[in-house]
Amino acid sequence: MSLLEIRDLHASVNGNEILKGITLTVNAGEVHSLMGPNGSGKSTLAQVLARRETYEVTSGEVIFNGKDLLEMKPEEAASEGLFMAFQYPIEVPGISNPYFLRAALNAQRKYRGEDPLDAMEFLPLLKEKMKLLEMDERFQSRSVNEGFSGGEKKRNEIVQMAILEPKLAILDETDSGLDIDALKIVSRGVNAMRSADRAMILVTHYQRLLDYIVPDFVHVLAGGRIVKSGGPELAHELEREGYGWIEPALAGAR
Amino acid sequence: MSATAQITGLNTYLDAFSRRQQTTQDEPAWLRHLREDAFGHFCDLGFPTTHDEDWRFTSLSALVKENFVSASESPAAVSVQQIAAHRVSDSAARIVFVNGRFSTALSDAQTLPQGVRAGSLADIIASSPASLENHLARYANIRNASFTALNTALFEDGAYVEVERGTILKKPLHVLFVSTAESAAAMVHPRTLLLVGENAELSLVEDHISLGGGAVFTNSVTELVVGAGATVSHHVLERENRNSFHIATLRIQQSRTSTVRAHSVLTGGALVRNNVHPVLAGEGAECLINGLFIGGERQHLDNFMMVEHASPHCASHQYYNGLLGGHSHGVFHGRILVHKDAQKTDAKQTNRNLLLSDDAQIDTKPQLEIYADDVKCTHGATIGQIEENSLFYLRSRGLDEASARQMLLLAFAGECLDRIEDGPVREYMEQSVDAALLGASRYQGGQP
Repeated sequence: MSLLEIRDLHASVNGNEILKGITLTVNAGEVHSLMGPNGSGKSTLAQVLARRETYEVTSGEVIFNGKDLLEMKPEEAASEGLFMAFQYPIEVPGISNPYFLRAALNAQRKYRGEDPLDAMEFLPLLKEKMKLLEMDERFQSRSVNEGFSGGEKKRNEIVQMAILEPKLAILDETDSGLDIDALKIVSRGVNAMRSADRAMILVTHYQRLLDYIVPDFVHVLAGGRIVKSGGPELAHELEREGYGWIEPALAGAR
Repeated sequence: MSATAQITGLNTYLDAFSRRQQTTQDEPAWLRHLREDAFGHFCDLGFPTTHDEDWRFTSLSALVKENFVSASESPAAVSVQQIAAHRVSDSAARIVFVNGRFSTALSDAQTLPQGVRAGSLADIIASSPASLENHLARYANIRNASFTALNTALFEDGAYVEVERGTILKKPLHVLFVSTAESAAAMVHPRTLLLVGENAELSLVEDHISLGGGAVFTNSVTELVVGAGATVSHHVLERENRNSFHIATLRIQQSRTSTVRAHSVLTGGALVRNNVHPVLAGEGAECLINGLFIGGERQHLDNFMMVEHASPHCASHQYYNGLLGGHSHGVFHGRILVHKDAQKTDAKQTNRNLLLSDDAQIDTKPQLEIYADDVKCTHGATIGQIEENSLFYLRSRGLDEASARQMLLLAFAGECLDRIEDGPVREYMEQSVDAALLGASRYQGGQP
């Protein structure tokens, strides 16, 4: 059984249809990259999967880990093992990073019927993951993302992912706003998480990220549909030729 | 409010004052004159109405029409167990008042260090009243503030604390005011005098609770007199039952280079008016005025700040956060008055509010009155709701909606709690805030 099965998914926001029939299968152990021009629906798909209520699913179905994902609340999807790294991570003043993360982890553990971790068990884990992402220890005492640079916020997302150990990680433009050094650090963090029982979806506009995190499959989204799928070579093709060829392909699809 | 209603209302207090006069015959002449004077002013002033600019957002009609009897006329036995939970950990002493009267049995002020005196104001009036004459009612305004006048006329007791010059009291002093009224409407007028000498240090909590469910009208006045170079942290915690009226006036008199941090947390009461009035009377004095008010149901919580800069080179910073759910109504009125000679004043005011329901309401009003020409005064107010973005972010990590909401509310409240430097006091106040937030988020839909 596949980990994620998306069948003919349509979704709208404020009455505008953005996803116009997405069909995609992701198996455990696979890394998929979703590429496409701005406005193609990449981020919308990520948000729908993370169960953001702003988006209304009008038809289609999504089976995650054998369950109906579209019936889940965001916290249920998270506890079932779905994680989305935000394109624009939210600043939450007044809530410290470790407090938030431990509360989140324990909420998920409770959902799965596991015992909570106390601070003494949790802090070494956090320390280890922060080291992996080369984050300064002073981030431990700060509020969630508050006063972080763009790159620090993105790294913090990967720290969260590393702690929560999801079955499926969706990285929504995690590469945007990163300089090359930060990109390498983030990629190393993500690659360390690749395993046979975990899948990833990398949402990105550029091929650059895929030099560091090599996907198994690349899909091109345009106008709310997947217009082309292939192996990692497709990303290089896009890099060479841009998205210009998509318009005629779209016209053909209509 | 009609004139007749006012007069009917005043009869209650006329009656209370004549009874009071019979029991104050042993008081020194200056105090008896002071009380007569104060009562005269109260009768002239009457209760403020919403036509009065300083009371625009707060109607007292429910309070005025009630016939209160003095709480101390029906003293109730309170056991140690009943107030066991209300204890600041590692405090220097806990001084307890039940229905306005000092309770020797419940208080433990015997072990205070040298240079610190803390106990009942009534005891001092009975034993050595001369020492009070220079301070009592010398700061709080009985001519224009009717509640202060009424308190001065009727007060029976309250806390008296004296910290001698150079004495540093490291542990907090806890003053607990307990009311026990069950059915009959009772009133109490606690009067507190805090004298802190030069270069002395004091941290004190004024804590108001009710053990019964009856309507209590608490009209408290505190005068805090701070000597040169002294440092005082003053904390108010108001969490009486939801039938209570609570008018609190804190009048602070600061000498040069003194530092005062005045914190207040309001979570209880049906109608609360929190007057904070520091006068920075000596050069280089600094004042932090920090508050948090959390309302639900039909609570009305009014914060009236009057920060008076009377000397040069003084700084005042006001931070108030309001968190309002249900049909509650919050008010923040922040007045800054800079006198002509108070050059180089640095005055700042920030009021942030979160509305948790469509029916909650906040009125926020800055008021700057500046007569000096070289000053820095800023003010700002915001009114918002819980951000959907933040809520989704927390939920996307696995926290359920209620926990995510509670976490965001705690963070908002935490901005104020974090400014409380005294650790044990902060923890004590945090417990009340946690409990109040659970209540507030329960009412956020506007439906109890």
